[in-house]
Amino acid sequence: MDFVNAIILLLNYIFVPALAYGSQLALGAIFVTLVYGILRFANFATGDMMSFGTMFVILFTFYFQSVGISFGVLPTALLAIPLGIIFMIGYMLIIDKLVFKYYRINKSPPVQLAMVSIGVMFVTQALVRIIIGPSDRRFFDGEKFLIKAGEFKEMTGLNEGLAIKSTQVITIIVTLILVSTLFWFLNKTKTGKSMRAYSDNEDLALLSGIDPKKIVMITWVIAGILATIGGALYGLDKSFKPFTYFNNMLPIFAAAIVGGIGNPFGAFLGGYVIAFSEILLTYAYRKFFMYVLPESMEPDGLIQLLSTDYKFAVSFSILVIVLLYRPSGIFKGKVL
Amino acid sequence: MRKNLNVIAAYSIMMGLIILVGIFQSWNIALSIFNLCLISAVMTMGANIQWGYAGLINFGIMGFTALGGLAAVLISVDPVQEAWSAGGFNILFSLFLIIAMVLAVRYILKNYKKSKNRTYIVSAIIILGIVIIRFISEPGIEAIEGVNPAKTGFLGGLGLPIIFSWVVGAFFAGGLAFVIGKVALGLRADYLAIATLLISEIVIAIIKHEDWLTRGVKNVIGLKRPAPYEVNLQQTDWFISLVEKFNLSKLNLITDLTERQATLNQLVIEGSSVFVKLCYSGLFLVVVIILLILTQKALYSPWGRMMRAIRDNEEAANAMGKNVVKQHLLIFVLGSAIVGIAGAMLVTQDGLFTPGSYRPLRYTFLIWVMVIIGGSGNNFGAILGGFVVWFLWIEAAPIGLYLVNLTTAGLDDTHFLKVHLIESVPYFRFLMMGVGLLVIMRYRPKGILPEKIEIK
Repeated sequence: MDFVNAIILLLNYIFVPALAYGSQLALGAIFVTLVYGILRFANFATGDMMSFGTMFVILFTFYFQSVGISFGVLPTALLAIPLGIIFMIGYMLIIDKLVFKYYRINKSPPVQLAMVSIGVMFVTQALVRIIIGPSDRRFFDGEKFLIKAGEFKEMTGLNEGLAIKSTQVITIIVTLILVSTLFWFLNKTKTGKSMRAYSDNEDLALLSGIDPKKIVMITWVIAGILATIGGALYGLDKSFKPFTYFNNMLPIFAAAIVGGIGNPFGAFLGGYVIAFSEILLTYAYRKFFMYVLPESMEPDGLIQLLSTDYKFAVSFSILVIVLLYRPSGIFKGKVL
Repeated sequence: MRKNLNVIAAYSIMMGLIILVGIFQSWNIALSIFNLCLISAVMTMGANIQWGYAGLINFGIMGFTALGGLAAVLISVDPVQEAWSAGGFNILFSLFLIIAMVLAVRYILKNYKKSKNRTYIVSAIIILGIVIIRFISEPGIEAIEGVNPAKTGFLGGLGLPIIFSWVVGAFFAGGLAFVIGKVALGLRADYLAIATLLISEIVIAIIKHEDWLTRGVKNVIGLKRPAPYEVNLQQTDWFISLVEKFNLSKLNLITDLTERQATLNQLVIEGSSVFVKLCYSGLFLVVVIILLILTQKALYSPWGRMMRAIRDNEEAANAMGKNVVKQHLLIFVLGSAIVGIAGAMLVTQDGLFTPGSYRPLRYTFLIWVMVIIGGSGNNFGAILGGFVVWFLWIEAAPIGLYLVNLTTAGLDDTHFLKVHLIESVPYFRFLMMGVGLLVIMRYRPKGILPEKIEIK
């Protein structure tokens, strides 16, 4: 019985939260990796683009709520996401036309594009703060828990409760659907294949008659979808604050690089690698060992490898180690 | 003279703007903008050495700034004797263990060939070392943080004048840069950018959470000053007479004696804070001028020429027998050390150390905007960038307010759009920076004062 308790404990505090957080990171990381693979620059505006998309979702959610439209037990935000995506894609295409296109046509070095993306970062950040303000916003409604800790205890008769938030389940399901559609698109459709070819070898792809304008446009469309959904899911699960989104750029970058930048599948797994290592290394295992070990061997301390203050530092350290020993990432292989 | 005309013109305009602020807002604001402009100028010089001379991207400026600030604390705060006796031994012993660990790893890496066994041994040493160090340092850290936590709770510093910290800050930042450079400089440009950005976040995390060393988010306040205190100045006779002399014409207009005294007091209070800021300006100006002379000399020396050669074509420079790796490391350390000086200067001016305030937007990306807008590769350009961008950063709110009022003049004062826009005026600075950066990168990619290659 103690053993089952220990497993439930780990599920409740490590596995489920890490899976949800990892999914949110994975979506962002695929966004980074696609932009890097096809448009060929490190996009420092990632976090702010995600907050920009989320902002639209929030505005539409508030509108729906004021009109009285709701989605039953599910959060209203799910209804608002498609509208948010449309606006986000529009914004991305405008930004591309006004800013990035010039450098792409001139074949500027990636560093210059990265600098330009810092300019976009400032502008996007300003727009978000001017439109919706810098404060913390919650836009979740509907049923909060799928399984409550108390109900679970009653149901199974165990000491440890397992609480699963509905946002966590939504996050994981939406991520799985989105990512499998994306991989189907990249691997099976003609457009997806031409995108991969373009990323692999630009000149060869152009020779084969692939239209670069179309590729770039589709990349931004996919990027808009990923950014909006990733951002909205994070906001539903936690809360929306522009500054947090800006900071999230860092673990997202870490996930993309750990997975091998330019490789969407690597980025997808990289998100989970980062999320799990962050949570595994900073969790206090005291209670777990109390269940597993006999009473005489019970530990005194918290059995915590690192204090939770260093949560971010963990993912960055992993990244630095990967960068140094395997700069092409854990899951290297072909690009895109 | 002629060819430097644009430099002179740009700087005169900048000075004119600051003087205008002095006349229309107040000299206090003008001087505080000027002081921070000088500090920003030091930071941009550091970044410019790395990016402009050698083409290295360092997005870790925030980390080096914070280390410089830490140096200011560790140099100037008086040592906390109780804390030292409570946990000093444990800390020193852990420090000794860390050094021993690093030496052991180095020894193994140097003397044994690369193999699986070597990797295992090295990782075993590191993991074992970390566990032992944690066991030894934990009670010490707890004891130190337990000593009067509301006031101290940390080891304190050396109790020396704070001005020394400017040099020590440079050494701290340079040391960190050496370690980072050793491991990360081999990376490609954009990877290096991301790696340094993340490493600087780790530095901040450590500074924030190692309370025994830095007091963490509890902040260190009331640091020593290289300049006199306002309160003391207000009571010194020579200062009062100086203020009187300056404002004689104004004071003579007032005939009533008590009123005259009250005005004088007011003037003395204002004057004292201006005077203190002037002291800082003087100190900072000395640093900026010394650094400017040194960096200019370096830029036009054979060494500077070599750096530009490496920047423009690494392979060719390598083929000519220049040690690219070594020079990159050198310039990375030098640039970071200069940023470290700026970090110490910043804390000196503020008189407090707040680890929570170090954010990448303000201390990394803004500095990069300064370098790019000012003109990378040109020291005068980089400094000008520091001035222009910081000036705009501060004055963006008033300018934004003016613009909002202008564009929404037709609307009612209580119109929701107008109210909302006026509330969000502080964020116009981000917009201004972003648009400024994008416009400069598009239409004047070399910055306001572009790099000039002079053959002497």
